[in-house]
Amino acid sequence: MSGPLTAPLVVEFPFTRSLGPVQSAFLTGLRERVVLGVRAGDGRVLVPPTEYDPGTAEELRELVEVAPTGTVTTWAWNPAPRPRQPLPTPFAWVLVRLDGADTALLHALDAPGPDAVRTGMRVRVRWAADRTGAITDIACFEPYEGEPREGEAHEDEPYESGPYIREFTDPVTGITTPARLDYTYAPGSAQSRYLAALARHRIVGERCPACRRVCVPPRGACPTCGVATREQTEVGPRGTVTTYCVVNIKARNAAIDVPYVYAHIALDGADQALHGRIAGIPCDRVRMGLRVEPVWTDGARHPDHYRPTGEPDAAYDTYKELL
Amino acid sequence: MRCPRDVAIVGFAQTVHRRTSENVSETEMLLPVLREVLDRTGLAPGEAGFTCSGSSDYLAGRPFSFTLALDGVGAWPPIAESHVEMDGAWALYEAWVELLTGATDTALVYACGKSSAGDLDAVLTRQLDPYCTAPLWPGPADLAALQAQALIDAGATDETELAAVAARNRAAARDNPYAQLRGRVPMGPRRAGPLRTGDCPPVSDGAAAVVLAAGDTARRMCERPAWIRGLDHRIDPQGLGLRDLTEASSARLAAEHAGAFDAPVDTAEIHAPFTAQEVILRRALRLGPEVTVNPSGGALAANPVMVAGLVRFGEAAARIHRGESRRALAHATSGPCLQQNLVGVLEGEGP
Repeated sequence: MSGPLTAPLVVEFPFTRSLGPVQSAFLTGLRERVVLGVRAGDGRVLVPPTEYDPGTAEELRELVEVAPTGTVTTWAWNPAPRPRQPLPTPFAWVLVRLDGADTALLHALDAPGPDAVRTGMRVRVRWAADRTGAITDIACFEPYEGEPREGEAHEDEPYESGPYIREFTDPVTGITTPARLDYTYAPGSAQSRYLAALARHRIVGERCPACRRVCVPPRGACPTCGVATREQTEVGPRGTVTTYCVVNIKARNAAIDVPYVYAHIALDGADQALHGRIAGIPCDRVRMGLRVEPVWTDGARHPDHYRPTGEPDAAYDTYKELL
Repeated sequence: MRCPRDVAIVGFAQTVHRRTSENVSETEMLLPVLREVLDRTGLAPGEAGFTCSGSSDYLAGRPFSFTLALDGVGAWPPIAESHVEMDGAWALYEAWVELLTGATDTALVYACGKSSAGDLDAVLTRQLDPYCTAPLWPGPADLAALQAQALIDAGATDETELAAVAARNRAAARDNPYAQLRGRVPMGPRRAGPLRTGDCPPVSDGAAAVVLAAGDTARRMCERPAWIRGLDHRIDPQGLGLRDLTEASSARLAAEHAGAFDAPVDTAEIHAPFTAQEVILRRALRLGPEVTVNPSGGALAANPVMVAGLVRFGEAAARIHRGESRRALAHATSGPCLQQNLVGVLEGEGP
């Protein structure tokens, strides 16, 4: 018998996030090559800004423009950048306190090597060519041996709360943050055994040593008793529809036309119903107790669907515990 | 802190932590651990008055994976059950509170994690602030390296001390059959900033479980229960630039509220995945040279994410069970750069 199975699994989630007034101003500012902070209750200017005071939780709205130049407060050389990090070649992660700010911002510093980086060094923003209103509108930082640029830090001239955002035309109100994670899915021993048998068009459950019930598909443990299941037992191929629904709305990317019937099917010898599609019979003729059998297609690991066997319907008492 | 009831850790079990576990599902990984801890405390599956687990769907990319893990606990007839998308140490906290209310006398707490299924560095970026930090995809070692550099700049440590932390933990792990990195491990090349591969934890798959019990039930189940004298968790601000990375303010505060500073501890199991974090935590938790720190080898020897914090509590309790400790501190951390911290104080009765 083949060993445990694995398969590639990709999870992608393009979260769409709305921005409050503070994040909206900050990210719109980056698009316009302006860095905004927010003044906290204790007078400190926070960059990146927060909507609420990290110490007192009071609402913060007083936006302050800070300079695109600043000082590295700590750094870490990244010898092997990973996909989607800010730069494709080795760079330094840096926390930068921008001139006019009291807190530090995380980003990348483009430098030739770790010997060219130190805490306390002066850096400035390198703006991305295409800016959309995102933290990546800052392409990275670059070394900058100069003093704070006059006229760019307005510590003493706070912008009015609220009106500032209206100085930008077309403010950014939301961001889409695509994320993709790649996995190797491993279903484990019990499901690997089940899938290996399915490849031979056999449906094999596992019997609980405590309650003797047969779990299909098996997951390695009896969900009722919480004990390991190891004794394999073949079930079906015929079974009984215990309950069903008619699907009238087509799922995105689904290859099956609506309407179709999706059912709970208790295979003969199984003590759990599994899911399957019913075909070969009009939707309005499907019923509880209908006897069905799997229909396999070449190369598929799972039955394509189940069809009526033509046997008399099963009596309710034979499947009432398996709905 | 005054507790309305005495609650103790009375049983602990864990897997051998490994780099991969492709042959088992999470449930299959968990089953032997649950069986062992229930057998040890004389509970049948489903018998505990409360069940609470910690895990994260992001690790293996399986939505609602914690509901599948419930296959292993005997959840029928329906049990009182809860789950936290956090390290199992936070599940232990919830179970402890449940027992303090008097609602029940026993609780099963477990955690499992299969970090090997995904790219852990990428997965852990998804816990970061989604506006300004996560879009840059900094991994946990990148952020820990910023913290380590800040600590070095402050004159609070150097690479020699960090290498000694790594060596001491992995030497201690020689006596821990469940650990993954045991004995001599080369410090290796630089992985991020001042951190070498040896300063970083291994990628580990694993599971762990503890049983909590109150009062006389605890005494019946365990010869020398590890009584929880205090338990508290605190969090630092989310922004990495908003806090002093060389301190673990929330760890210190949690320890204070848990009563850790009221009397000396002889043992501490602290959750420091990166060497520099042990230096920070020893200061924050006031652990002097007289305290035995991480006799298990800690997270530098095995770091099953979502499990390693609960293991610290289990290891500390097990030393009390065996009579090797009288008063122990257990600590768990979550988030980047020791952002969130949970501290407990465990005591055995008698000498």
